[in-house]
Amino acid sequence: MSTATQVDTTTQARAALGYQIHSIGQFNFQRDEYFAHIKYPGGSHIIPIDNFLRSLMRDVAWGFFYGTVNFDTVFGTINHYGTVDMFIGLLNEAYRTSNQHYVETFDSKDLKRVFEGMLDDWTNEGFDPFAAPDETGVPFGRKHGNNKRAITRERMVAKRMTGLPGDLPLRSDAAGQPINRQFTDVPQDAPEVHAEPGFEKEVHAFNAFAYVSRSDVTWNPSVLSCVDDSQFCATTEEHILPITHGNDRVEWFIQATDEIIWDIEDGKTGRPRAKVVMKAGDVAAMPADIRHRGYSPKRSILIVWENNDGSLPKRYSSGELKPYPVEF
Amino acid sequence: MSSPQTYFGSLKHYEKGGVTIINDDPKNYAFSNIFEVAAKSKPYEKVAVGKNLKYVIEAVRAEGDSPWYETAHDEAVLVMDGELEVHYVKPDAPQAAAGKQGAIKLAGEPKGKKMGWVKIRRGHEALLPAGSAYQFRAKGDPGVMLIQTILGDLTIERWADICQK
Ligand SMILES: [Fe+2]
Repeated sequence: MSTATQVDTTTQARAALGYQIHSIGQFNFQRDEYFAHIKYPGGSHIIPIDNFLRSLMRDVAWGFFYGTVNFDTVFGTINHYGTVDMFIGLLNEAYRTSNQHYVETFDSKDLKRVFEGMLDDWTNEGFDPFAAPDETGVPFGRKHGNNKRAITRERMVAKRMTGLPGDLPLRSDAAGQPINRQFTDVPQDAPEVHAEPGFEKEVHAFNAFAYVSRSDVTWNPSVLSCVDDSQFCATTEEHILPITHGNDRVEWFIQATDEIIWDIEDGKTGRPRAKVVMKAGDVAAMPADIRHRGYSPKRSILIVWENNDGSLPKRYSSGELKPYPVEF
Repeated sequence: MSSPQTYFGSLKHYEKGGVTIINDDPKNYAFSNIFEVAAKSKPYEKVAVGKNLKYVIEAVRAEGDSPWYETAHDEAVLVMDGELEVHYVKPDAPQAAAGKQGAIKLAGEPKGKKMGWVKIRRGHEALLPAGSAYQFRAKGDPGVMLIQTILGDLTIERWADICQK
C-alpha cells in the first residue's frame, strides 16, 4: 500500500520525547534529546541544548538585555526596548554577503512569553541553566520533570544601594543563600555603621563582596548601587558566558577578584578583534561596536558598569557618539 | 580536596592582565589597573579609570585624612584594599548647588548636624548620599577606593598615563 502523504518522521520522533514545539511568527523551535532546532523561512539552524537553554535563560531574565544577545554565531535577539528583533545570520558576515539572513521583529512581551514557555517546557528536573556546569545536572534526554524554581529567578536591581531600608535585602544563610563553594574564603564581616538618629537611610554601608559570594547564579549581573543612570552590576562568573553579548553602548568591566579572559569580535561581522585578560583590579571598556564572550576558569567577581540612559543606542548607531569611551 | 582560593589584588601585590590585539586599537579598551593607578597617585587624587559620558569611576589612594567633600547627588565608594572610615555631616549651608555634578572640595569640616560614620574594609561599599558632606580617614596602611560618581571639578583624567597603548 502506498500513500501520497509525506510523513515527517523526524518531527514525530521528536514529539515522542515529550517536548512541545514552540512558534512565533515564522520561527519554529523544536528540541530533541541533545539539540534545539530553529526552523525559519530558508532553513533550519541547530544549537546544542545545554548552550541554548543557558542562553535562553539569560535572554528571558534580562528582558533581552542591552543590545544583542547572540546565542551563537548565527542566532540571536536585538533589543529595541519595546520591540525585539529575532534573527538568523543578521550579524554573520557570510550569511549577510550571501543574503541568507532572516529577521523578524516582535513585541518584547510576546517574544518573552514564548521564550518563557519554551524555557519552562524544555528545562528538565535537575538542570539549572543559571548554574555553573560543575554545580548542576545535565539537560539531555527525554522530558522529565521541570525546574520552575531555577528558571523564574529574576535579575536583582537595587534602586539606590543594596541593603538600604526599603531597597534590596542583604543575603544570608537564614534566607537560604549560602556562600558559594568557590567563595568560602571571601570575608563575610559587616562594616561598622554608626548612623545618628534620623540618618539611617543615608549613612549606610554593606559588604558587597560577601553579598556577591552568596549569589547562586553565574553570568547574571544584578545592580548593587546607582548614581542616576550609572549602575554597578555585580556578577559571579564561572565557566563560559553562554551568550556573546553585542553592545549597543559602551559598558565597562571592573574585575574584582580572580581572572576572566574575553574574546572580542566585531559586533556586526563577528570578525575577531582582540583578547582581553582581566585580573583583580583591572578595568576595561567594551566599545559600543563589539561583541564579547568571557571565560572564567575559577568563579570570580566581576562588576559590570552600565549606563542605563535610554537615548544611547540611537546616539551610538547614528554615529553621533564614537564607539570607544575616551580619547588619549 | 583543597579549598578554593579567591584572588584579590592589593596595593602591595597586584597582577595586571592586558589587551592582545588581533585587529583593533588597544586604546579602544582604555585598559588600566586600579591598584597600579593608586600606587602612583597622591593621597585622595580622584583619578578616572572609567568614563561613560558624564559618569565616571575614580580610583583613589586612601591615606591619612582626606579633605572634606560635598556632593549634590548620590555617590558610592567600594573599598578595594585596606580599611577606612567615612564621616558624614549634613551641612547647614550647602556649597554644592542643586544639579552640581561631581564632588566639590570644602575648606574644612562644615558646620552642620553630624550624621554618623562608617568603618569599611575591602569589599565593603558605602553610600555617599546626596546633600551631605563627608571625609575619608585611613589610619593604617594606604588603602584603595573606587568611587562611582559623575565627572566633576576634582576628577583627574590622565588616560595616556594609565592606559595600555
Ligand atoms: Fe556585556
